[in-house]
Amino acid sequence: MKHPYLRYLRPENVPTVFCPGCGIGIVMKALFQAFDELGYETLERFVFVSGIGCSAWIPSPHILADSVHTLHGRAIPVATGIKLVKPNLNVLVIGGDGDIAGIGGNHLLHAARRNMDLMVIMINNQVYGMTGGQLAPTTPYGMKTTTTPYGNPEEPMDTCDIVASAGANYVARWTVGHYLQLKEAFKKALEKQGFRFVEAVSQCPSRVSSRIGLSPADHIKYYLKNSVDIKKADKLTLEERMVRIIVGEYADRDKPGYIERMRMVVGK
Amino acid sequence: MSGKFFWSGNIAIAEGALRAGVKFYAGYPITPSSDLMEYMARELPKRGGVFIQGEDELSSINMVIGASIAGAKAMTATSGPGYSLMQEALGLAVMLEVPLVVVDVTRLGPSTGQATKSGQGDLMQARWGRHGDQYTVVYTASTPEEAYKIAIKTFNISEKLRVPVTFLIDELTAHLWETVRVPEDIEVIERRLTGTRTEFFDSDDPRIAPPMPILGKGLNVLYTSSTHDAYGYRKTQDPETHRRLVKRLKEKVVGNTREIFEYEVEGDPDGGEVGIVAFGSVARVAKETMGILEKEGIKASVLNLLTLWPMNYDLLKKFTENMDIIIVPEMNLGQLVYDIYQVRDRDTVYPYNKIGGGEPIYPRELARFIKEVMKR
Ligand SMILES: Cc1ncc(C[n+]2csc(CCOP(=O)(O)OP(=O)(O)O)c2C)c(N)n1
Repeated sequence: MKHPYLRYLRPENVPTVFCPGCGIGIVMKALFQAFDELGYETLERFVFVSGIGCSAWIPSPHILADSVHTLHGRAIPVATGIKLVKPNLNVLVIGGDGDIAGIGGNHLLHAARRNMDLMVIMINNQVYGMTGGQLAPTTPYGMKTTTTPYGNPEEPMDTCDIVASAGANYVARWTVGHYLQLKEAFKKALEKQGFRFVEAVSQCPSRVSSRIGLSPADHIKYYLKNSVDIKKADKLTLEERMVRIIVGEYADRDKPGYIERMRMVVGK
Repeated sequence: MSGKFFWSGNIAIAEGALRAGVKFYAGYPITPSSDLMEYMARELPKRGGVFIQGEDELSSINMVIGASIAGAKAMTATSGPGYSLMQEALGLAVMLEVPLVVVDVTRLGPSTGQATKSGQGDLMQARWGRHGDQYTVVYTASTPEEAYKIAIKTFNISEKLRVPVTFLIDELTAHLWETVRVPEDIEVIERRLTGTRTEFFDSDDPRIAPPMPILGKGLNVLYTSSTHDAYGYRKTQDPETHRRLVKRLKEKVVGNTREIFEYEVEGDPDGGEVGIVAFGSVARVAKETMGILEKEGIKASVLNLLTLWPMNYDLLKKFTENMDIIIVPEMNLGQLVYDIYQVRDRDTVYPYNKIGGGEPIYPRELARFIKEVMKR
């Protein structure tokens, strides 16, 4: 029997190009399960937009749908242009933490502020994966990467916190170890208007797990052990915040999205 | 809409774009282009389009790319610093074969330079500002009336060839108010679309752009900035796919030079004592200079270039070969003059370059220079 989620994939690109043990496979499955449970037989009414990076390769060329694979950091504005011209299509951005929060951080901030009607999935492997495991804005304090050989001196950014305060309708972070919660977050995000942001903390077996001496499975267990529920996050010290992973929903609102607001002011 | 209108160059461009059917504008404020943007902010929603102010030029141009992929004729306007920021995305538009128009209202660089003053220093950037081998189209205009017509032509060529087009207009022309005669009939080209799975990114005749796929129709389109095959599948190792794609993208532009090319000759095109080759506000100055020279018995002709890339070298050669001397006045330190060097011996080609303060090249000053050169 054919796996039911294969209907969302281009058959000629299975198996995928991702490294064995990469967390991307888990994110894809959770997303496909969300599509399935919401009753999407095909993804004909979706447009996937991505930038550059391993995570940006999820839609292009794997997902069986229209997709636009753009520049490093610029997926959100391209997606914005598509959505404003074709408001009836579901526009979904998928990218890495470097792509979305690093080089594309300004677009992320402003799309959230506008409450632009887009869903963004950010796969946070805490490094720049495709280019060899360099420092990312999300790299935990103290972590060694190829460009922080003595350990990262910087405080990592809590992307969800920023996106939530900028005004997005829905914001959540889960690790790939929290499979069911991640899938539920995707479902919730898919059903909403406005800007929706789901961050999936995901292991990079080639650039991180191997360097810190963990198998991909042990890396997921490490994420689970290191996670803190957002309800308890207030109690964390600054030092703990710089290395722990806060999980849960940062925002869940139903403000009008950008397109609705634009129609209200332009009067049509 | 036809008749006479009193417009600035920038407004003429906006009106030309609207006549051509522009439905999307994203931009970021920068003098001397902001008035064009403000005009669009007001007009576009009334005429069935969408306007958005981006958080920067990177977002603006990328929004324009998205809008065009989604099916709208789309544009932005900016000036030097913003145009520099847009270069990477223009390369993306070349690779994805996305039609769009960027207006660069040229000011005086380098960098912030003399920000609001006129200049023509962006010519080479418009041609070659992006990495990798890539070919795009560059237009310009010397009057608001030309700006209106050229604005329509930028969209026509962009849509027909699936290529990003830059419209360079110097600040002097952009902010010059003048009567514009708008004709009743004017050709507007619509892009070719496909609702079936055909070759979205290849064509047997490289001069013909493949039709653009419609999103949301189950075509499973793959647009990618990487080297790709006819259906958009990444082919980042195969040398043949890369050669075929990049050569086709070049031929699509260069092979259509005749159709793309717009120019105007004032005076005798077949020869004379002085041939002046110029563009933008300087072409206008050159025509004025012709009159001064004529009174003194000197026979001059002006080639006013409205297309700056791809260059029609046959035309340049024909215009220059029977002139005693060629004068190339520019509001930069010499960029267009290199095209003349390609078709004619340098000994009789005289650049006249003026920058600073946005001061135009005055007709008397150019006439003086020409007379001085003729004595050499
Ligand atoms: C403008 C630009 N700068 C740099 C690069 C090189 N580059 C490619 S992917 C990448 C980072 C990828 O990291 P991330 O976005 O986190 O995705 P991952 O590969 O980890 O999934 C970089 C810096 C590029 N393609 N374009």
